[in-house]
Amino acid sequence: MTKVVEVKDLTKRFGNTVALDEVSFNLEPNTIYGLLGRNGAGKTTLMSIITAQAFASSGKVQVFGEEPYENAGVLRRMCFMRDNQVYPDSSKPVHAFRIARLCFPNWNQALAERLVADFRLPVATPIKKLSRGQLSAVGAIIGLAARAEVTFFDEPYLGFDAAAREIFYDRLLEDYAEHPRTIVLSSHLIDEIANILERVIVLDNGRVILNDATDDLRDRAVVIRGDNTKVAAFTAGRAVIHRQALGALSAVTVLGHLTHQDRAALTANDLDVSPVTLQQLVVRATQAAAGTAADQGAAR
Amino acid sequence: MVDDSKALFLQIAERIEDSIVDGHLAEEAQAPSTNELAAFYRINPATALKGIGLLVDKGVLYKQRGIGMFVASGARQALLKERRAAFSDTYLEPLVAEAHKLGLSADDLAALINQRFSERTAG
Repeated sequence: MTKVVEVKDLTKRFGNTVALDEVSFNLEPNTIYGLLGRNGAGKTTLMSIITAQAFASSGKVQVFGEEPYENAGVLRRMCFMRDNQVYPDSSKPVHAFRIARLCFPNWNQALAERLVADFRLPVATPIKKLSRGQLSAVGAIIGLAARAEVTFFDEPYLGFDAAAREIFYDRLLEDYAEHPRTIVLSSHLIDEIANILERVIVLDNGRVILNDATDDLRDRAVVIRGDNTKVAAFTAGRAVIHRQALGALSAVTVLGHLTHQDRAALTANDLDVSPVTLQQLVVRATQAAAGTAADQGAAR
Repeated sequence: MVDDSKALFLQIAERIEDSIVDGHLAEEAQAPSTNELAAFYRINPATALKGIGLLVDKGVLYKQRGIGMFVASGARQALLKERRAAFSDTYLEPLVAEAHKLGLSADDLAALINQRFSERTAG
């Protein structure tokens, strides 16, 4: 499989802090990825390095098979919209779009204009005076209309209301269907974007802890609910990532696919089984990773 | 019935089957395209494609090159047969389990079912 982005053993240190710890993964063409993780997990640092806006301490990044640093040919095929994207002083959205049009060879002006209307963005107002949501709209419009072969959106909808988020998802899917490309969405609203994502990469403490097809993650874990002793009996020996108790009832999240025998045993014991949403799975996985790290620290 | 524990592409396939079973999507009619499904359900086109692929493998849909996907003739009967076979496990099993928990007998249950049926035909 051809890769558009290849990250190998990438490490980034800020003084004594390790922001990225030997991160390795590939991005394939024409795929929508979710880059997920808690605040400070290293998501923005990672996207900055791939788009040559920051330097790695060690490791390798290749985009379209080349080094991205000072490589104009590669950089114009990539677009990185930050949540705190900075625009020149006193510039207006219309100026930002004009610059974007020059920077991105696949820029589509008709799409940009349609999105301006959809988001009701005042294009002649100085960017400084825009609301947080309108500022995010500027970034969303540039990121979509650029039609770059690899597009990174870092928290693209800060300040967006539900209607604006729906516009963003709809236009993204629509345009992606006609012009497939690689899109990386970094967001906290995991459940809202789960159905859009084909693959999910989860960063925690600078490490990749999950890198899977979204469909495979969907039945990666389940919650077993019911009588304490029966739940304990069923979950014994399984990989438990979360426990909750309420009186005589408990709810335990276990990893692993349930077999037909498992399902039969659950029914026989009157135990409820419910799926884990992508958001819950990511939260549990990052908690479990933190727990393991703490255990290892204690062992040392 | 939508089961959240099912993979999304299975749910998409099921929704298409639903429309064939209830007659909204006739045999030999054109099925929605991958992009239409993606836009309507707000899902990744690859997921929609996987759902459609499943129905093609099952012989429910067939591809006409360059035009799109169509419902195979005989698809509705085949789906009805499949669903009737699964009916007892899918619907009766949980019903009987809950009735048992509530102390309802088989006769009580039959009476309730008869009542519902007559309400439905009267309404």
